[in-house]
Amino acid sequence: MSADGLCKRIIPCLDVAGGKTVKGINFGNLREIGDPVELGRFYQEQGADELTFLDISASNEDRSTVVDLVRAVAANLSIPFTVGGGVSSLDLVKRLLENGADKVSINTAAVNRPQLIEEIAGTCGSQCCVVALDVRRSDGKGLKRRVGNGGENGTAWEVLIRGGRVTTGRDALDWALECVERGAGEILLTSWDKDGTLDGFDIELTKIFSQRLSVPVIASGGARDPDSFVEVFQDGQADAALAASIFHDGMYTIGAVKDQLHKAGVPVRLC
Amino acid sequence: MKAEVDLVDIGGGNIGSISRCLERLNVRYRKSDAANPPDGSRPLVVPGVGAFGAVMQSLRASELDKRLVELVGAGTPYLGICVGMQILFDGSEESTASPGLSLVPGKVVRFRHPKVPQIGWNKLTSLSKQWQPGYAYFVNSYFPVPDNAGDTLYEANYGGSFCAAIRRGNVTAFQFHPEKSGAFGESLLTRWVENVG
Repeated sequence: MSADGLCKRIIPCLDVAGGKTVKGINFGNLREIGDPVELGRFYQEQGADELTFLDISASNEDRSTVVDLVRAVAANLSIPFTVGGGVSSLDLVKRLLENGADKVSINTAAVNRPQLIEEIAGTCGSQCCVVALDVRRSDGKGLKRRVGNGGENGTAWEVLIRGGRVTTGRDALDWALECVERGAGEILLTSWDKDGTLDGFDIELTKIFSQRLSVPVIASGGARDPDSFVEVFQDGQADAALAASIFHDGMYTIGAVKDQLHKAGVPVRLC
Repeated sequence: MKAEVDLVDIGGGNIGSISRCLERLNVRYRKSDAANPPDGSRPLVVPGVGAFGAVMQSLRASELDKRLVELVGAGTPYLGICVGMQILFDGSEESTASPGLSLVPGKVVRFRHPKVPQIGWNKLTSLSKQWQPGYAYFVNSYFPVPDNAGDTLYEANYGGSFCAAIRRGNVTAFQFHPEKSGAFGESLLTRWVENVG
């Protein structure tokens, strides 16, 4: 497939709560970073291939602002735009898409009610249905899985929900395979061991999932520097990589990451 | 831009993203559909997502298919996007029971690639000196194979070379999403509107 022109995607992620952008270590100690509309445009101009918005509002009252925010951000974007966080009904999915989201990302709600994946895929198409998995390394013992999936070579991951606060006892690879069977168009795979650590992506996790799943895998958690992106694409075989802190804090621009990828021979969209 | 276009809702399609893009580009548009069909006084922009068969069945049921064939035959400029491109052909592997509009000879086939749909930015090679190369955003499982090689405007590669855009007479069509392809995509839309407006 070396002749493929398909580019590896760099996706900055904006965590929002109550209409503002936030990002903190392991989702604790939130601090405000900026206006999501401005940040969206800023990243588009920097060469972002897509933008993801995760609403991590604690209350339903704060969460109700998300549709307005999506409309304002989307009006200024000419790149794909994914929205997630607290999305638990087909009705909300439709409202988000009508207001300018191109894809929705679902997480806890899919674990609680897997039919939601089929409802979204069946009504709006698989292309707009991203299932997000927060996963943590496990010895694999006692994890629930269907026959024949997961736990290869004693390496396993467990699915976490509710922003990583609740364990499910479910084998993550098995769950990801089920999501794809139900119609997920992409898998956003966040390593809970790496998220917020600036320690590099979990390469083993990304590689195993990328090889086993027939849909794109977006690697997330641990982005450190441009070389960490080279690793997650070349060794981890990810289709896309998502990051927040290293871009928000101005450590690296998206352009700097893409230059490094291009030098290493990874196909990227050069602006 | 002074041109005004008919933005045709062929069903199954979310016309929101293309309408927002036309607004950003200051292109005026009128929404049209089966109840309020285009009359040929404006160029046609026909976006579409979803399944080929479902779109064709809905077009047939409302007889919008006949109107589109008539208008294109009479010379109205047509810009197809994604499924709005695929329906121009004779048929698709996706829904063999539903023929297409047969406005462009050829058929629509599925990717032979381990990961389908293709999702992401792909590099376009231009077969015309007048159209610049660039990167465009795709979300597709199927792509067209025109009978006449001369109809292909852009090619890209996904497990093999494929036709990413066509131009044949008054018909122009993109398999990718120009409205999601950044400044390059917007430049293609602007160029088309300026040429037909």
